Amino acid sequence: MKMLLTMICCAASVVSVAQQDAAALIKKIQAKLDLVNNYEASGKMKTNVTFLKVPEADVKIYYKKPNLLKIKNEKGISFVPKGAVSINLSNIIGGNQYTVIDAGMDKVGTVSTRVIKLLPTDDNADVVLSTLYIDEAKLVVLKAKTTTRENGSYQLDMTYGKYAVYCLPDKLVFTFNTKDYKLPKGVTFDFDDGAASKPAEKNKTGKAEISFSSYTVNKGVDDSVFK
Amino acid sequence: MNMWRLLQIELFKITRRPRTYIAFAAITAIVFIFQFAFKADGQSYMDLMMQSAKDEFAFDRVEAINGYFMCYIILNTLLIQVPILVALIAADSISGEANMGTLRLLVSKPVSRTQIILVKFAAATIFTIFLLVWMAVTALFLSIVIFGTGDMLVFRTKGTESMIMQITKDDVMWRYYAAFAYATVALTVIAALSLLLSIFADNSIGPIIATVCIVIVCTIISNINVPIIDRNVKPFLFTSYLVGWKGFFYIGTNENGNTIKGSLENWPAIRNSLMILIAHIVLIVGISIAVFRKKDILS
Repeated sequence: MKMLLTMICCAASVVSVAQQDAAALIKKIQAKLDLVNNYEASGKMKTNVTFLKVPEADVKIYYKKPNLLKIKNEKGISFVPKGAVSINLSNIIGGNQYTVIDAGMDKVGTVSTRVIKLLPTDDNADVVLSTLYIDEAKLVVLKAKTTTRENGSYQLDMTYGKYAVYCLPDKLVFTFNTKDYKLPKGVTFDFDDGAASKPAEKNKTGKAEISFSSYTVNKGVDDSVFK
Repeated sequence: MNMWRLLQIELFKITRRPRTYIAFAAITAIVFIFQFAFKADGQSYMDLMMQSAKDEFAFDRVEAINGYFMCYIILNTLLIQVPILVALIAADSISGEANMGTLRLLVSKPVSRTQIILVKFAAATIFTIFLLVWMAVTALFLSIVIFGTGDMLVFRTKGTESMIMQITKDDVMWRYYAAFAYATVALTVIAALSLLLSIFADNSIGPIIATVCIVIVCTIISNINVPIIDRNVKPFLFTSYLVGWKGFFYIGTNENGNTIKGSLENWPAIRNSLMILIAHIVLIVGISIAVFRKKDILS
């Protein structure tokens, strides 16, 4: 009996230490993110959604604490996924309104990462669960999965370069769920070129890939940009 | 009397007819109504076309309603009605002369009947070109003045698939020039058909109504979307190719679905449609010449 109790106590203390480690890791990431009050970034955005045929766009991304984010096409119209606000990790990690759970280790590509789940403490929050894959050596988030109540799931895959010190990626791929897009019948009178249409996909996901070419960090961003 | 002189006379006759200006007035009125409606509440239309995508994507609706988009919407509507306006003039070519009793006088001149038909056809074609130029001025250039320019969105249904295509603003104008050139050929088929029908009538109402009926019936069959008709009937109807101008706005994409500037999704289909329309013109004008050469002119 004593043996069993000792084992349970040991296991509990190991779990507790692991949770503390996970919380500490999140704190470290948060500290890096806190270094950024605002930024203006330039990049190229490729959107890959079944029903959207859009060009590769030169975009500017503006961020301002605590959660303002805007993606603007420099030369024309851009279709920005509404969940793209979560491409800023501060929107996922900031706020401390969650419980940190260590979910062990996993690999992202060839990199070994610590998997940490964030459970929001607010029962009514739109985000139900966030899962972060953190490279402990470089203290950066390589992958983030977010499940929401209303807007499906998002996934962020990030690669870092010279802005890793701020936890700002050089490239990110934002994957999101899309709904069926159907035009009302009889409004387009289209030219039938005889080519067969593609069969409908069952699991519809879209991707937005942003390759950042430069960041201007903490030089100020005007509020009017976000209107 | 040479062909050029004959053509000048034909064009003069067209300009003297009040119905010529009805066509231009009708186009102007429709274009203005569209422009006013979109200026007042274009965003509702954009929301209708975006459907569920408006909940998933943020984009600038005001920027999307620009001159290029407006012209596409107007042409989409107008090019279904414009055949009727072309028929108003072209169907009067021979039957109008018969009605006024001048046909006998015309064929008694030292010109061949072939020349008469070719000149009548050329005059109807020139009228069609002017009508399209007027459409370009009002629907495209005036819309650009009112709404400005920007990237153009094209909403399209392809089989069971619906899609939104974006063409960058520096890639639009050549597509419009090509589309208007295509539309000229497409509407010339209507002019040729009206001319042929006018040979059989002694007043212009009959050929106008006949042309309009043929266009309406064939357009309905072309858009009925029943597989057996799509496979066996649609390819043989000229109305299936009238909207081929839209092919110039179906931009090509790479394997990731990103559009490629300056590309067309299916140029061979556009080219084949164009060839079919030209073949229709040659065939119908040929029949018109053959019929008119053998016609007893009694009026």
